[in-house]
Amino acid sequence: MARAATTTDAFNAVAEPRRRQILDALAGSDRGELAVNDLVIALGIAQPQVSKHLRVLREVGAVAVRDVGRQRLYRLNGVALKPIHDWVKRYERTWEDRFEQLDDVLAELQQETDRDRHPD
Amino acid sequence: MPVTTGTAKVTLPSDLQILITREFDAPRHLVYRAWTTPELVERWWAGHQGKLRSVDIDLRVGGRWRYVMDHAEGPEIAFHGVYRELVPGERIVNTEVFEMPGSGIGPEDDDNAALNIVTLVDVDGRTRLELMIETDTKELRDIILESGMEVGMQQQFDILDQLTVSLRDTDG
Repeated sequence: MARAATTTDAFNAVAEPRRRQILDALAGSDRGELAVNDLVIALGIAQPQVSKHLRVLREVGAVAVRDVGRQRLYRLNGVALKPIHDWVKRYERTWEDRFEQLDDVLAELQQETDRDRHPD
Repeated sequence: MPVTTGTAKVTLPSDLQILITREFDAPRHLVYRAWTTPELVERWWAGHQGKLRSVDIDLRVGGRWRYVMDHAEGPEIAFHGVYRELVPGERIVNTEVFEMPGSGIGPEDDDNAALNIVTLVDVDGRTRLELMIETDTKELRDIILESGMEVGMQQQFDILDQLTVSLRDTDG
């Protein structure tokens, strides 16, 4: 039960566009981690808002933090995000199953069309 | 030779949306036909989740549709909705309601419907399909997304194996 709740929470956390921007910025950073100020610059929003979003992301485990001197550095925590990734992947698989069958139907329709155009 | 086609890609543009994209090796009018003709829908829509028992399509704006599926892992389930917009070869907009078993939602209930917007784009004779699913609440969006969980992974792999084998046989 606890796991399912975590999945939902992480899902909610990541659904927010600003928070997705933060995750994208962390994923794209050279060092793999960024300070709050880096994120303020990257997103162009005020520091309190960045901190607020980071707090939500930390609570669901989507980002991890470590202190280096007086700086707090944030990085992605892939393990927490994996259930969401799996969730979407599975939904994607369901549609791909349908579409593979649709491919077959389309191939057949196209053969019919070709036959009509070039009758033997 | 198996034709190379796209692989379905799912993204979540916002809390209330799911976007599914896929390319098909066929012109737009054929994709439209396969999407809107009952005998053809019957052959692909259920994917590997079951078998469609009935497909009703009243293809006009305001017309209703309803698909009933014998589910591989449980009771029969049904989906229905209303067509809102139909542009042959280009665009299909319809509502969709999942008649969840035990929920008391009947074939005529149109509350809590998702909106499905299918856009067909021509790419050099091929078709890029975009299916945008829009919901009024994030809760419904997540329920739809979770529906992919219904099918056991192992079962899917089994079917995939069979399919690969049969494709190989056809090639030979």
